[in-house]
Amino acid sequence: MNDFILEMRGITKTFPGVKALQDVNLKVHRGEIHAICGENGAGKSTLMKVLSGVYPHGTYDGDIILDGEVVEFNDIKSSEERGIVIIHQELALSPFLSIAENIFLGNEIKKAGMIDWNATNAEAAKLMARVGLDENPVTRVVDIGVGKQQLIEIAKALSKRVKILILDEPTAALNDEDSAHLLDLLRHLKGQGITSIMISHKLNEIAAIADTTTVIRDGLVIEALDMEKDEVTEERIIRAMVGRDLENRYPEHTPTIGEEIFRVENWNAFHPLQPDRQIVKDAHFHLRRGEIVGLAGLMGAGRTELAMSLFGRSYGKDISGKVFKNGTEISTRTVSEAIRNGIAYATEDRKTYGLNLIEDVKRNVSAAALNKISQRGWVNENEEVQVAEEYRKSLNIRTPSVAALTGQLSGGNQQKVVLSKWVFADPDILILDEPTRGIDVGAKYEIYTIIQRLADEGKAILMISSELPEILGMCDRIYTLAEGRITGEVDRADANQELLMQYMTKEEE
Amino acid sequence: MSAMEQVKFFLTRNLRQSGIYIAFAAIIALFAILTDGKLLSEQNVTNIVVQNSYILILAIGMVIVIIGGHIDLSVGSVVAFTGAIAGVVTVRMGLPWWIGVLAALLVGVLVGIWQGFWVAFVGIPAFIVTLAGMLIFRGAAMITLGNTQISPFPQEFRSIASGYMNGYLGGQGYDVFTLVIGTIAVLAFAFFQYRARLGRIAYKQSVEALPLFILKIVVVGIVVMAFAQRLAFYKGLPVVLLILGLLIVIYVMLMKRTVFGRHVYAIGGNLHAATLSGIKVKWVNFWIFINMGVLSALAGVVFTARLNLANPKAGTMFELDAIAAAFIGGAAVTGGIGTVVGAIVGGLIMGVMNNGMSLMGVGIDYQQAIKGLVLLLAVAFDVWNKRRVGAAK
Repeated sequence: MNDFILEMRGITKTFPGVKALQDVNLKVHRGEIHAICGENGAGKSTLMKVLSGVYPHGTYDGDIILDGEVVEFNDIKSSEERGIVIIHQELALSPFLSIAENIFLGNEIKKAGMIDWNATNAEAAKLMARVGLDENPVTRVVDIGVGKQQLIEIAKALSKRVKILILDEPTAALNDEDSAHLLDLLRHLKGQGITSIMISHKLNEIAAIADTTTVIRDGLVIEALDMEKDEVTEERIIRAMVGRDLENRYPEHTPTIGEEIFRVENWNAFHPLQPDRQIVKDAHFHLRRGEIVGLAGLMGAGRTELAMSLFGRSYGKDISGKVFKNGTEISTRTVSEAIRNGIAYATEDRKTYGLNLIEDVKRNVSAAALNKISQRGWVNENEEVQVAEEYRKSLNIRTPSVAALTGQLSGGNQQKVVLSKWVFADPDILILDEPTRGIDVGAKYEIYTIIQRLADEGKAILMISSELPEILGMCDRIYTLAEGRITGEVDRADANQELLMQYMTKEEE
Repeated sequence: MSAMEQVKFFLTRNLRQSGIYIAFAAIIALFAILTDGKLLSEQNVTNIVVQNSYILILAIGMVIVIIGGHIDLSVGSVVAFTGAIAGVVTVRMGLPWWIGVLAALLVGVLVGIWQGFWVAFVGIPAFIVTLAGMLIFRGAAMITLGNTQISPFPQEFRSIASGYMNGYLGGQGYDVFTLVIGTIAVLAFAFFQYRARLGRIAYKQSVEALPLFILKIVVVGIVVMAFAQRLAFYKGLPVVLLILGLLIVIYVMLMKRTVFGRHVYAIGGNLHAATLSGIKVKWVNFWIFINMGVLSALAGVVFTARLNLANPKAGTMFELDAIAAAFIGGAAVTGGIGTVVGAIVGGLIMGVMNNGMSLMGVGIDYQQAIKGLVLLLAVAFDVWNKRRVGAAK
């Protein structure tokens, strides 16, 4: 089987001062699912941007050979004309337009210069059926979940007669169910002769679905693994990605668990726009000093909503319930009150809710606890630099200087800035919402070590995660959440994926 | 890093900031040549300061509003309204001039409370609130004045804008007092720079090479003393310059060194992240608008004093000059970025261009169009610069 639909030969791409790609060769078989993996900053996205014409011909060295013919793309439009469509991690949909309008955005079906709405909606319905999206074509995108939005992007690609579909971290924001559906869809499209190239951090998915996996490290192709022939395991891929054996993906840790420090009783919260929709239902839970507690739940179960409603009522309406710290009731009505009472919440969406990307590292680190380095309203900037330098060292934040803009750091290092910010606020209770989302294996390990160190300092940690292996690997005790209700409490010793999943999908009696 | 490398680093890395100084120097040089040096004559230098003082006062408040991610379209109307109040109090009611000033400032506070309330606590975009304010306070100015004008103002009131401090220390044909004040300003600058440097060294941080540090102070010293010399050989130190200088010092410190200033940058940079960091966003926004109200009132007093006239049409289009000053000075349209010094230089760039073109006999029609182009180019440069920084990462 040497029928290559696509070959990229000797691709070298340089940015001022950095060689992002060095003599990269990529061969993609016709009709296969080809996974590309590598650590953050390895050059995966750059390679895909070269392929899709985001970086036009002439800004890189090397050749792209499509169907045996050398092609030159000057922009996305020219690559799309040849059937190469890229779906970015951040979906490019217009939220207040309908599904059908989004599918044909920029590619409208017209009759005498006017949009033919009947044809648009009918064609959209056909494409939606192909991707298994069971919605009305006139539904607004904002009204459906992110899993379905991903399907719209694929339907949009199909409308452009896609031959090679490039997906950048397609399941990063999806829950397990939606991810499984998406992977099924890719298999299904493969049956129809569509080639997919998928960038992913989720090695289990790669192992399950990919025919070939190309591993990139530091701008170089390390190897291309034939998944069937080479009997590739996740550990095998990790070794290629990081260039070393990761003995254990989760650091060894013996917790020292103390007395109860935090307790939530009868916690309720309602949707901010739909007052009759209860998002958090009568939640009870408690945390102890030195303990890492997991909060597992499917997307939409209300994990983030529970955490944010506790943290200064940052989410929801008509919130009721009681919060205790060390046995006495405390108020968390506003964020500053919550922080004063020793609670910190590190968000799952660091770019939107966690960091000021146009500000430098040191000012982000100090943002939640400026009072600690100021006197009577005056900030001591020298002390601020010192504090930031301390965290740069202890959390190993890779940045040229603490005066560099956070927007220029990689995802993993941005996450460390978020952690620094909350560690500097010196909380007793630290809520971490998806602390390793979208960051690479090596950085994940570092973050895990930091979390464990914080627990050892006597902080109570509530860790929200979509990845069950992470929950199982890290947490001393696990709560499961389903439809806003806490459905289970499991000790580490008794926990396994099946049991958690069972609780996480528990229907209301 | 060697001193040369540091200079290069400063110029390229901080192009957004340093670019504005270079442009300012270039514009001064250009018009000095085009006007055969008339631009830099004793009288004209004094005029540029006095003529633009009220726009610069507004620009200080405006850049803070813009850093916070808002806009204020009402300041021109507030200038008219507060000027009218000052006129009614001092001229019609015959009360002392300082009561007139205080009344105007108090009305500025109330205007700020009003607009801050709608923006911060009700959550209406500042564009809408201040667009409404633009109409409301223009109307209020007309009502206050009953569609007439008030004039003349008492001498003390007028001297806020057109008074000079001179003769305290004598001098032949020039004012020694002004030169002394200039010298004190330079020494104070050098002292505080040196203290900050020692502080950084105490915290084991990198500081610029000593020759570069000295060069910086010498350059600032020369510029300030040359400026003071021009003033001293005309009428001395304008009162309004003293007010403006104090405001600049206070607001630079406020935005750079205080928790409040940090919070303004944080809110404009990422509102959600600021909220989740425990910043009391509503109150910060509220204070931003109160501050703008007070500075608008001060600009109203200065403008009224300068014209010796309270006029319901006063201050028309001032908001646009103030906004343009902030943007030329490097403020970001989306908030979170900008400096007080940048806005002042931005305002002065427009002021020097106005003045230079007037001296050259360029009509007001061309002046308008050229100012518009400068604003556009300044922001275009900023966008280009951002892309350059983005591509370099």
